[in-house]
Amino acid sequence: MGILEIKGVNKRFGGLQALGNVNLSVEENTVHAIIGPNGAGKSTLLNCLVGKLIPDSGSVMFAGQSVLGRHPHEINQMGISRVFQTPEIFKDLSVFENVLIPCFAKRDGAFRMHAFETIEHERDIIEQAEAILADVNMLEKRDMIASSLSRGDKRRLEMAMCLVQEPRLLLLDEPTAGMARADTNNTIDLLKQIKAKRNITMAIIEHDMHVVFSLAERITVLAQGTPLVEDTPENIKGHPKVREAYLGEAQV
Amino acid sequence: MLGLNRKDTILMLIVIALTLGAPVLLNPFPADSAMAQFNAGYPDLMQRFVIFGILAIGFNILFGLTGYLSFGHAAFLGVGSYAAVWMFKLLSMNVVPALVLSVVVAGLFSVLIGYVSLRRSGIYFSILTLAFAQMSYNMAYSVLTPITNGETGLQVYSNDPQYLLGNGPQVTHLFGLEMRAKAVVEMGGWTFDFSVGYYLAAIMMLAAFYLSLRIFRSPFGMMLRAVKSNQNRLNYTGINSRPYTLAAFVISGMYAGLAGGLLASMDPLAGAERMQWTASGEIVLMTILGGAGTLIGPVVGAVFIKYFENIFSKINEHVLHGWFGWLPDGVEDVVTWILARFVGEGWHLTLGLLFMLVVIFLPGGLVEGGQKLARLLRRSRPDGTTPSNTPAE
Ligand SMILES: Nc1ncnc2c1ncn2[C@@H]1O[C@H](COP(=O)(O)OP(=O)(O)OP(=O)(O)O)[C@@H](O)[C@H]1O
Ligand SMILES: [Mg+2]
Repeated sequence: MGILEIKGVNKRFGGLQALGNVNLSVEENTVHAIIGPNGAGKSTLLNCLVGKLIPDSGSVMFAGQSVLGRHPHEINQMGISRVFQTPEIFKDLSVFENVLIPCFAKRDGAFRMHAFETIEHERDIIEQAEAILADVNMLEKRDMIASSLSRGDKRRLEMAMCLVQEPRLLLLDEPTAGMARADTNNTIDLLKQIKAKRNITMAIIEHDMHVVFSLAERITVLAQGTPLVEDTPENIKGHPKVREAYLGEAQV
Repeated sequence: MLGLNRKDTILMLIVIALTLGAPVLLNPFPADSAMAQFNAGYPDLMQRFVIFGILAIGFNILFGLTGYLSFGHAAFLGVGSYAAVWMFKLLSMNVVPALVLSVVVAGLFSVLIGYVSLRRSGIYFSILTLAFAQMSYNMAYSVLTPITNGETGLQVYSNDPQYLLGNGPQVTHLFGLEMRAKAVVEMGGWTFDFSVGYYLAAIMMLAAFYLSLRIFRSPFGMMLRAVKSNQNRLNYTGINSRPYTLAAFVISGMYAGLAGGLLASMDPLAGAERMQWTASGEIVLMTILGGAGTLIGPVVGAVFIKYFENIFSKINEHVLHGWFGWLPDGVEDVVTWILARFVGEGWHLTLGLLFMLVVIFLPGGLVEGGQKLARLLRRSRPDGTTPSNTPAE
């Protein structure tokens, strides 16, 4: 039994079958990559996991509990965090405030009427937020307004916001898209570090094969909404069906 | 001090000093000088400044922080006034029970309206709040006349029960201290009015301002700003934005209720026109004009608009002729004719133009304008001190 069990999930958009009978199991403490050509349904699948979309049929179980029909904030509180394909951050807030919010969400839950506390007095939370910013090398940018960050920094900030919550399952939708090579390598190192430091399961969608083969322990290939094969990275590299469906058009 | 850092303490002290000193500061011209008509230091107007200041401070907690634009906040102002007058009719003319009830009733009413309206966001939210407020306004004139006294307006009559009146004062008072009582101080040519009513309202406004300052600096306030910035991300970060927005809505509704209660405490009368959509629009104007999302902006906007409404509207063609009498006859007529369009009954035109200028050139409101000016002055200072980057207040 994996920590995440997806069984028989279907999702249609009008006439388009975006997901067709998806079965997928993600083992605890592994990095599981989902690859596939554009429009394969990778983001749609993630959307079904975090409460943004509800599948037409099938089941999604996380740590033994169904996530279907729950609100995004409830699913996050169950221990699933998500990095989006285009960074979702609080663009009008400072970098520091961006990481403070997930810290409060983790400690205080989905709602707390903390109107008469002062942020400056929350020593523990401030330390946590500073530590994660140091981890992603953004401490010196803490007072910048998030919208003024470079695209790469926005991605790192979003990653920090997810990591500081110490989720049990981290979903990453193309975490290195739009990053320079050096930043991509930093991100790989960061994710490896995180992986080594704590128990965390990651499901990662990625087009950059360098990233996929550096991190993944299992790979699922999705094509036209259906999983084609699932195997170890070594076996995927040489798989004829994969070459045909996907790798044929991308650099390995 | 009181959970504020140094910078906020200074800001709070400045606001306290300005508010308590207002009867003097707003009367800079000798009472019998030609400029005396620009004096704003009389109790009636100063009360309006601080009462509408409370209203705008509260509105800013909703609109300035969360970005949810309510077009129905006048409903809470009206409800607060009705609640207060009912306390005068049933108990006594003491303002304490009146103010307490007006805050409580407005709070309950805003839970109801907020709960329904906050199911939508953006323009749909605005329309829902507008619809609720107009509904309240129309009901006050029709089915609710037993409570609101319809077009006459709710007021205190001598045959009202007033169970706790005893032989207490027949006018509104705070444990015997009459609201209309005032000390008049004459100094040289100047006259200053220190009125009980103003100081009660002023202290309420200072408390309201302090509360909003604390909210701005709290984790709660940060969550509200996060709602405005990216509600989607907030939800995927494990925060349920609905109770946060509802709390902000109810807090701002209670502020409006307090303002309504204070209006009735100064003049024990409540009419439905206080709930009309134009009144709701005025609250929006005040907040945006002063600077939505800034701490002090809403008060600045409230003072500005109330000053215009009361002072500019009193300048008529006759007054203008007095000012420009020194011009050659034909020129004088033209000048006064043109200027007359912008003062007196034309003050709305001036206000409208001003509002447009602010929205186009100073999206951060008058407060942003003030900050820009301060920065310019600092930069042009010859000693070359480096301009400091003060974040928006
Ligand atoms: N909300 C939606 N409404 C209608 N169609 C949608 C919606 N979301 C996705 N689709 C369609 O479903 C298909 C799968 O989209 P999805 O975004 O999941 O692909 P993807 O594998 O993430 O692709 P990419 O690698 O480009 O990100 C696409 O054809 C897309 O146009
Ligand atoms: Mg995608």
